[in-house]
Amino acid sequence: MRKILVGIKRVVDYNVRIRVKPDNSGVVLDGVKMSVNPFDEIALEEALRIRERGEAEEIVAVSIGPDDAQQQLRTALAMGADRAILVKHDGMLEPLTVAKTLMAIVSREQPELVILGKQAIDDDNSQATQMLSALWDRPQVTCASKVEIKGNTLSVVREVDAGLETLEVDLPAVISADLRLNEPRYVKLPDIMKAKKKPLDVVEFASLNVATPGQLTATHYEPPKARAKGVMVKDVAELISALKNKGLV
Amino acid sequence: MNFGLTDEQSMIVKATKDFVENELYPYEKEVEETAFLRPELHRELKQKAIDAGLYAANMPVEVGGAGLDPVAWILYEKELGKAHYALHYNCVGRPSNILLACEGEQREKYLFPSIRGERVDCLALTEPSAGSDVRGMKTTAILQGDEFVINGTKHFISHADHADFVILFAASGEEESPRGKKKLITALLVDMGTPGFEVRPGYKNVSHRGYNNCILEFNDCRVPKSQMLGELHKGFEVANTWLSATRLQVAATCLGRAERALDLAKQWSVDRVQFGQQIGKFQGVSFKLADMALELRAAELLTLEAAWKLGQGTATDSDMAMAKLKATEMLAMVADEALQIHGGMGLMSDLPLERIWRDARIERIWDGTSEVQRHIISRSLLRPLGG
Ligand SMILES: Cc1cc2nc3c(=O)[nH]c(=O)nc-3n(C[C@H](O)[C@H](O)[C@H](O)COP(=O)(O)OP(=O)(O)OC[C@H]3O[C@@H](n4cnc5c(N)ncnc54)[C@H](O)[C@@H]3O)c2cc1C
Repeated sequence: MRKILVGIKRVVDYNVRIRVKPDNSGVVLDGVKMSVNPFDEIALEEALRIRERGEAEEIVAVSIGPDDAQQQLRTALAMGADRAILVKHDGMLEPLTVAKTLMAIVSREQPELVILGKQAIDDDNSQATQMLSALWDRPQVTCASKVEIKGNTLSVVREVDAGLETLEVDLPAVISADLRLNEPRYVKLPDIMKAKKKPLDVVEFASLNVATPGQLTATHYEPPKARAKGVMVKDVAELISALKNKGLV
Repeated sequence: MNFGLTDEQSMIVKATKDFVENELYPYEKEVEETAFLRPELHRELKQKAIDAGLYAANMPVEVGGAGLDPVAWILYEKELGKAHYALHYNCVGRPSNILLACEGEQREKYLFPSIRGERVDCLALTEPSAGSDVRGMKTTAILQGDEFVINGTKHFISHADHADFVILFAASGEEESPRGKKKLITALLVDMGTPGFEVRPGYKNVSHRGYNNCILEFNDCRVPKSQMLGELHKGFEVANTWLSATRLQVAATCLGRAERALDLAKQWSVDRVQFGQQIGKFQGVSFKLADMALELRAAELLTLEAAWKLGQGTATDSDMAMAKLKATEMLAMVADEALQIHGGMGLMSDLPLERIWRDARIERIWDGTSEVQRHIISRSLLRPLGG
């Protein structure tokens, strides 16, 4: 395979305790630590392993987001991506816009495989893979937990409620990475320094002529209700009776 | 003036932090309780550090290091410094910068293998009767023909039990100076196992369990002249060129541990409830936190500034002294207050605090005591005025 495209989203770091802005217009991002979406790291790790097995030649990392998303793309380059593309876009992005923008990049780059995270940990939409598959008119497999390349087909194992499901799809295809697909490597220090020299293209969103559907508007953000304090029970018998009292069993 | 971190610097912090938290933290309790770093564990973690490119990252790219600039290096040291000393120093080794003074075959024999993690250095200046007064050293290395003959005792030599060779400083002669006779010092590379050279266990130490200091004995130990690092009688010149930055390393590791202690104290202040409220709501506790954060920030800025100046080639001895002095004294205060905020629990080995508190004590002593740093700073103030 010649080329793998990997999606890299800039999100609030998973360790940060999210706070909603006082005017409920969004979450606080000022001074907040931002990272690569963890599922995207897994997607990139899988691409790296495929390349290391000699089954792919080039890995291109793509992000759609503000100028600062270059930081996350640099991380992707330090992990081992060969080059990166930032589609510069400020403000809210709805899933269909993301998928259409990725489609525009796919048309340019003509990858044989696109690997995305199964969802982003900020908005949890989990739609980009499916929509891209439809727009591209190529097969999709979501929530991959094992990926094997067999010539022109891809064998993918996914964890489903009933157990493990194995799907075979023809390439080109788009897949999304689940948590147990792999454990991303540590970024190596010398590679961080080398990443500076790898190409990172910045493309203006407007230049891609992606029609923005504008189907979604965010009206109001609210923090989840604080959990009520629990009660300690002595033993199982007391637990059961407490649950019975609440009508839960 | 730009106080922000570059993308590379942020990534270096994250990469180091991830390694420290995932690979080193899990073994802290074991090493502390047994005061022993198991050889298998040592080997395993060292290999992981090498694979992650963290080992010897202080060294330039040309010789196989990561080529961190001084600011990035300090940020890396700060993250490493959060972990148990025996783990971060032995497993994520940072060979002494002074090895960059190696020439010719010395590079193949000492510099490159140290960077690859195949050989480990230790450095010996201090003697039982020569601590702060380094030049008062009694160990001699006298050139006889093509060989140095070494005699004397060094003590407090860190991790010599793990080392393959020592960077030794010894008196090689004397010269007349306006203030009387002055010893001339030469630096030498001496392999462990050289006849006449013995390493003995050192003293038990309140700080840094599992990270040992040793006593080195030299009795008519002979090494060829080619083992000389730098020029004859120019040992202190070599040391001054390469070693002053190690005080920034001390400062940076203190910043890391102080940050960890402060994080623990912050968390405890919201978790611990007394008199019906979080203890952090009592001004007596919250003002402590404010002062700790303030001191930490001040020490961090001083250290980063000194590192930045090092990169610009404008750092003075006094800059390094200020950073080392402030960071080590800050750590003493922050560790002590963090422990106080934890009450009795702070003293229990269930939490890493009592260790951080004990380990903090050494920082004001080694690499030049606080008094010596103050002496360096005050000298730089008064000398220009003829003082
Ligand atoms: C665990 C440990 C590991 C070490 N590792 C190494 C190592 O790897 N290699 C190495 O070479 N050394 C090492 N050292 C030695 C360390 O650098 C010395 O302990 C330090 O330089 C102080 O020397 P000293 O202990 O002999 O104290 P002294 O010099 O005897 O000082 C005693 C007291 O007198 C004060 N004092 C001395 N001179 C002055 C002055 N002019 N003005 C004001 N006050 C003064 C000091 O500040 C101190 O308070 C280590 C020490 C320890 C404890």
